Amino acid sequence: MSLMQEMASRAQLLGIPMSAHLDVTYRCNERCVHCYLDHDDNGEMTTAEIKDLLDQLAEAGVFILTFSGGEVFLRRDFLDLVAYARKLQFNVKIKTNAVMIREAEARRLRELAVDGVQISVYSHRAEVHDAITKLPGSFEKTIRAIRFLKSQGLRVTIANVLMKWNMGDHTGVHALADELGVIYTLDPTITPKIDGDMSLLSLRIPGEQLAQVFQIEKLVGNVDEFCAPPKPVQEDDLDAYSCSAGHTLAYISPYGDVYPCVQFPLPSGNVRRQKFSDIWWNSPQLKEVRSISVRDLPVCSTCAHAGACSRCPGLAYMEGNMRGPSTADCEKSFRRTGIPSANMLRRQGQSVPTMPLIQIRPADTTSSIGPMAS
Amino acid sequence: MSSKYLARSSQIAARLLGGEMMIMSPLDSTFFTLNEVATVIWQAADGNTTLDEIVRDHVVPSFDVDPAVAQQDSEEFAYELCRHGILLVSDHPISAATRPESS
Repeated sequence: MSLMQEMASRAQLLGIPMSAHLDVTYRCNERCVHCYLDHDDNGEMTTAEIKDLLDQLAEAGVFILTFSGGEVFLRRDFLDLVAYARKLQFNVKIKTNAVMIREAEARRLRELAVDGVQISVYSHRAEVHDAITKLPGSFEKTIRAIRFLKSQGLRVTIANVLMKWNMGDHTGVHALADELGVIYTLDPTITPKIDGDMSLLSLRIPGEQLAQVFQIEKLVGNVDEFCAPPKPVQEDDLDAYSCSAGHTLAYISPYGDVYPCVQFPLPSGNVRRQKFSDIWWNSPQLKEVRSISVRDLPVCSTCAHAGACSRCPGLAYMEGNMRGPSTADCEKSFRRTGIPSANMLRRQGQSVPTMPLIQIRPADTTSSIGPMAS
Repeated sequence: MSSKYLARSSQIAARLLGGEMMIMSPLDSTFFTLNEVATVIWQAADGNTTLDEIVRDHVVPSFDVDPAVAQQDSEEFAYELCRHGILLVSDHPISAATRPESS
């Protein structure tokens, strides 16, 4: 266990929100085909409101602060907000399409000692990337910005969301990331719209393609180990929680709404009406999320994958039940190991086998595969 | 080291968790946690206070520790954090404007 993981465990025991994801706007200069947000401004928090929120987050113990959107640089006060956050000694991470980042912005982010910048790149081919973002010229601008950021010594990560439109391009994007000297991550998860619209799920890559991705050593490390059948479920596995959402992570929308995670749109309060700490400690919704361990999941607790599943409670919630399975994660577990999940077998009317479990982990520090928030 | 002024680097990220300070240096992604004594020194490193003043006024009164031992341990701690660039050390008071890292 790394020191950071140790501190995260301690934060969970103490109930401290060690991480916060703050979307400062839903407005965007791109219109990505798979985006789960709308892009209207329905009353974003003002600069003063966000600074007050940042004060509250620091007071509550938040250490890792991720600024995201929408496109963060569409807010004219964005660098001012980053500067304020850094004065409060947050470990600041930024998610952006980078289209608006030039030398001056890159230099300023370096001066402010931002910890990392995550940038979405969908293809190494400009025509494919631009077709997904629906912004002509976006590939060229994004890659130019990555070079600016790298020249300043910033840590840059390329986030490669995989969907039907670009499923043959991940090798090219990975090679591009290597050429640029940046970290590469791949995410095959397309999520429903935040308003519950499921139509985007048709963009998900077919299961057979997912199985092929799990065979790429450069992404997953030891393929035999990564794809091995699950180990037997232990008692500790059943006492565990699905993820950090609502435990050590909070999401705040541009309108001040607080959710357990950006992928878990369970309204839990609004910082325009309540203090963040009041929501964090007293929200019935967050208390309910925290009360659920694997043991409390009627289907998943009987699953062979229960000890190593990447089950997203937010995706389960959007499927209708936060205690239910997340079918996208059932699919991942199945395509990785060839062992169907309890949910898949239930749907087929079969009994549940007991199989050994394994853990999903990245091959190394410069590439990984897994879910991303945006 | 004892008569030198200490200041926290403005380049780091830091937060108190359960009485211990978490510190991340974005320069090399080094992650530290400080125990309670080190946290007291860290919090007192305001650029206007020397290490021996910090030990005398903050460490010794707060912890059941021999002053000479506290002084030696604190010097080693300050040296270590200075080596990683997350604590600045100077013969003179360190203001925000005079920090070499200031932009």
